[in-house]
Amino acid sequence: MSGQKPRTLFDKIWDAHVVETLPDGTALLYIDLHLTHEVTTPQAFDGLRQAGRRLRRPEATLGVIDHNIATDASRYTGIVDPESRVQVETLERNAAEFGMPLIPLLDQRQGIVHVIGPELGRSLPGMTIVCGDSHTSTHGAMGALAFGIGTSEVEHVLATQTLLQKPAKNMKVEVNGTLPLGCTAKDIVLAIIGRIGTAGGTGHVIEFAGDAIRALDMAGRMTVCNMSIEGGARAGMVAPDETTFDYVRSRPMAPKGEALERAIAYWRTLPSDPGAQFDTVVRLEAGDIAPQVTWGTSPEDVLPITGLVPDPEAAEDEARREQMRRKMQYMGITPGQRLQDLKVDVVFVGSCTNSRIEDIRAAAAIARGRRVADGVRAMVVPGSGLVKAQAEEEGLDRILREAGFEWREAGCSMCLGMNPDKLTPGQRCASTSNRNFEGRQGPGGRTHLLSPAMAAAAAIAGHLADVRDFQPKGTV
Amino acid sequence: MQAFTTLTGIAAPLPKANVDTDQIIPARFLKSISRTGFGKNLFANFRYKEDGSENPDFVLNQEPYRKAEILIAFENFGCGSSREHAPWALLDFGIRCVIAPDFADIFHNNSFKNGVLPVKLPRAVCEQLMEDARMGGNARITVDLEREVVVRPSGEEIPFKIDPLRRHLLLNGLDDIGQTMQRAGAIDAFEAKRAAAQPWLAAPAEAPATPPGA
Ligand code: SF4
Repeated sequence: MSGQKPRTLFDKIWDAHVVETLPDGTALLYIDLHLTHEVTTPQAFDGLRQAGRRLRRPEATLGVIDHNIATDASRYTGIVDPESRVQVETLERNAAEFGMPLIPLLDQRQGIVHVIGPELGRSLPGMTIVCGDSHTSTHGAMGALAFGIGTSEVEHVLATQTLLQKPAKNMKVEVNGTLPLGCTAKDIVLAIIGRIGTAGGTGHVIEFAGDAIRALDMAGRMTVCNMSIEGGARAGMVAPDETTFDYVRSRPMAPKGEALERAIAYWRTLPSDPGAQFDTVVRLEAGDIAPQVTWGTSPEDVLPITGLVPDPEAAEDEARREQMRRKMQYMGITPGQRLQDLKVDVVFVGSCTNSRIEDIRAAAAIARGRRVADGVRAMVVPGSGLVKAQAEEEGLDRILREAGFEWREAGCSMCLGMNPDKLTPGQRCASTSNRNFEGRQGPGGRTHLLSPAMAAAAAIAGHLADVRDFQPKGTV
Repeated sequence: MQAFTTLTGIAAPLPKANVDTDQIIPARFLKSISRTGFGKNLFANFRYKEDGSENPDFVLNQEPYRKAEILIAFENFGCGSSREHAPWALLDFGIRCVIAPDFADIFHNNSFKNGVLPVKLPRAVCEQLMEDARMGGNARITVDLEREVVVRPSGEEIPFKIDPLRRHLLLNGLDDIGQTMQRAGAIDAFEAKRAAAQPWLAAPAEAPATPPGA
């Protein structure tokens, strides 16, 4: 509208979804899509049942099973862990009772909730999308406002299709220039978190912009938005563009034909207006980014792979020194050690950060014609059954298996220690997931976050390694 | 939800920043389908040794902090996942108020919905309260939501601010779903308008082909 104040992408999606504004400024925000999984919903459905409430819009809701399940063949014969089984069966029962669409466990479309939303074409630009899971920010790559909520809020959305929300602040993270060889979206987002810190985005929604972000494919944008939460932000988003529209065009559940063209015309109005105000702006040069790896127990403890374990004595205050000492003790590392000398026991390529077909291609390109080092357990866990099928069609599973990687069924797997894929105490893991918190991948486990190509390089080398020393052999 | 008005109790000092939800309640304990029973696994990785016995060094295993109702911590409390099991575990243990310089957004939200009050106070004040808490059973701290003050054992009053709507809901123990359902008319009107403007949102265009074997 002419004469109106320039607005950001976030402002526009927000404004388009405010049902009412309460006197204190809280908005009743309409939710277009609600994704659910087995871990954060049982108590919400229980609440509905107790209050005699129904789902307001079952068709705007989609359930999937991902966190709890085994990623080996045992899923076909029934879930072994009794508590996991109860949780999965509870979701199935709740879906049937409340009429919620659910992708069954053994359906080929099953997968990690944040992989399947965009993949199936349920997550679309301009939408508000929520899920009882912090990495809902992934869907922001579609040009949507997508954020994680707690179980009480899940119940609120199920019953009312709305949420009570205070507007967030706008933050722009602009990445310009060209990414150097060997660097990926994962390196971009780790570098961003290294810069802003894990609380840098608190209270903000981040719009990722700049030509280095524009140049990313949808998978890369999802990787970046996925980890917004690790930078403390409520959500991350990328303005929709031709890359987005091309992606949506080939999605099974996305609008088609005239409806799609009408939608695209609307989506073109969403990018931030020139002159729109951001509360915080951060700029990075893509050319300055090197392949990244974390050394500590917070995603902000990140360095280029060529770096050394930092020296706590160099930290500014005693509290920080003490914190660093503790992290190093937990991680079993010493100041001044070369990151590349850290031997790994396990390599995990997977999670909603990096389990799409593009990620598996990147890992396979490094693995091709090489062997996983002795004593290393390396696993590749596709983000969905459809990703798995695609990879098999391309022969990537064969390349990975021949190199000594395990090729598994879709799920959250070793991203979090709540299914059979877990680290044992003291094990060191090169992981493409998003959190390196103490015990995240299993009690006492030590996690180093990195990109899929870097993870594959670590598997081959047997220690953290610089992917730039591993140029692909031939083409995949 | 249990209302929160005033609480006087023992405060446990947890002088750490970035206490994430995986520390508050590790993922392996998230398999229950009820809201209660998480208290025994609150901070499980710190509270128990590998053999399952209690770690006597952890504050919540020490007297009088086993009965703590308030927790004092440092920056970015509750970062990490969206799991509401974090406030459920605090509540189930008996902690109804966390005081810290700031909180991660989702945890902050989740706490209010469960009658756990997150109070933001500057780092320097949290350090003072941490000292008070270290005095143990003789040093009770009062958190008065009605007056929006924390009362130190010395009697000194420290003001804090809570969003008025949240304060109202918490003081009265109100369920916000019920509140929102009273606005059903407005939601209906919004949906009608949206269906006209963005018809492609009505329902997914089509389901993917039935998978083999389904
Ligand atoms: S893959 Fe990891 S981060 Fe993603 S939804 Fe699953 S558990 Fe959460």
